[in-house]
Amino acid sequence: MFESLGLLSLGAGGWGGALLAGAGVTMALALACVPLGLPLGLLVALCSKSPNATVRAMAALFSICFRGLPELLTLLIVYYGIQIALQKFQAYWGGSAEFSINAFVAAVIAFSLVLAAFSSEVWLGALKTVARGQYEGAQALGLSRRQTFFKVVLPQVMRVALPGLSNNWLSLLKDTALVSTISLVDLMRQTSLAVNATKEPMLFYLAACCLYLLLSSISGFCIAQLEKHYGQGRERAS
Amino acid sequence: MTAGERFAEWFGLELFQRYGAQLLDGLLLTLQLVALSSSVGMVLGVLLALGRTSRWRSLQYGCRAYVYFFRGSPLLAQLFLIYYGLGSFHGFWRDLGLWGWFGDPWFCALLAFTLNTAAYQAEIFRGGLLSVPRAHYEAATALGLNRTTTFFKVTMPQVLIVTVGPLGNELILIIKASAIVSLVTLLDLMGVAKLAFSRTFDFQVYVWVALVYLLVVECVRRGVNRLDRRLTQHLRPTDE
Repeated sequence: MFESLGLLSLGAGGWGGALLAGAGVTMALALACVPLGLPLGLLVALCSKSPNATVRAMAALFSICFRGLPELLTLLIVYYGIQIALQKFQAYWGGSAEFSINAFVAAVIAFSLVLAAFSSEVWLGALKTVARGQYEGAQALGLSRRQTFFKVVLPQVMRVALPGLSNNWLSLLKDTALVSTISLVDLMRQTSLAVNATKEPMLFYLAACCLYLLLSSISGFCIAQLEKHYGQGRERAS
Repeated sequence: MTAGERFAEWFGLELFQRYGAQLLDGLLLTLQLVALSSSVGMVLGVLLALGRTSRWRSLQYGCRAYVYFFRGSPLLAQLFLIYYGLGSFHGFWRDLGLWGWFGDPWFCALLAFTLNTAAYQAEIFRGGLLSVPRAHYEAATALGLNRTTTFFKVTMPQVLIVTVGPLGNELILIIKASAIVSLVTLLDLMGVAKLAFSRTFDFQVYVWVALVYLLVVECVRRGVNRLDRRLTQHLRPTDE
């Protein structure tokens, strides 16, 4: 095994470059889910506090579904489901071309839904920590509901929600390994390709695990910076 | 088409007749895998948590590295590492007489899931152990209880109260994660669904399986809630 370490090199004949490219795809996929999943999760959390019972029920259903389904199943349902829906839609309008959806897009949609469901719980918990007096204070200052939410509530919620959201992010990062099953060439798929070519499964899967650990550590570092940023006002006040 | 036929088609009744028994077998395999790996993982998790809180430095670091590795990398990668990676040493396992085990996807999946859930459960138990106040140990010593009695009668009951919720979540995560064993040729619930889909191209099979997963997860969630209520009975004021 040790003489084959050269297979991991970045140069010619090594798979290092390919693995890094795969890691790039993994990271890009996970990052693409954040701007979709987190706001959607916040929306779901706000919906489950709505005075309207139907809206509340829908939020609960969303959360139960995407938190209860295996991520692999969600991914396959989105991937095949969208394709079938598009084909039906097209057949309805008289078209007949074969439709195939980009695996990256399907994966972003699927993982955003999962991220939204899990983060909605975190957002909900964080929203509860904002004291009633804050809303009353904002109203007394004549702030609109929009201003109250974005300028008063959200900054406080962010600070409380960050640890939970960072957990959501880490599990998202690991879940993305599943996209290798819909033939998107991420880190996991690239590793399997390398294994098929070199017959060195132990070496390459260990390398993949280490790369995932590296990605987790890097994001841990970035999250610590973010926590510092959102904790700033608090430190000064206390 | 009669109303009955239309209903049968909409419901995927034919599909159910063809694959119903296999789906049930798949569900049983899933549940078996989850039950075994979670319970063995729990024992291992408690040991790891004790290791992490031990005074012996090298043991502490060893357990920490283990937890860090298994929590930081995807379960899919760990499963492949064990199934393909360890499986690639045929000669070695054959010499040990263990090839029957490491060549078997079921055993490899069980091993991967056990090792993975042990790491997560270790963190949960560590949190629980830290929540027991120091004074309780001192009181136990003052009462002359030995270490085993202290652990089982003083520490564990308190740890369980704190950990039952997170352990339930971990159980649900493992149930969901078990779907990936279909990628190492096992015919669990997900594996049967994929097989049926590849033969019939009937999307309904995924929807059916999704409902089964949701049902199982919901049952577990309710069971854990009940257990939680029972364990914390003495902490609530009585109604009367």
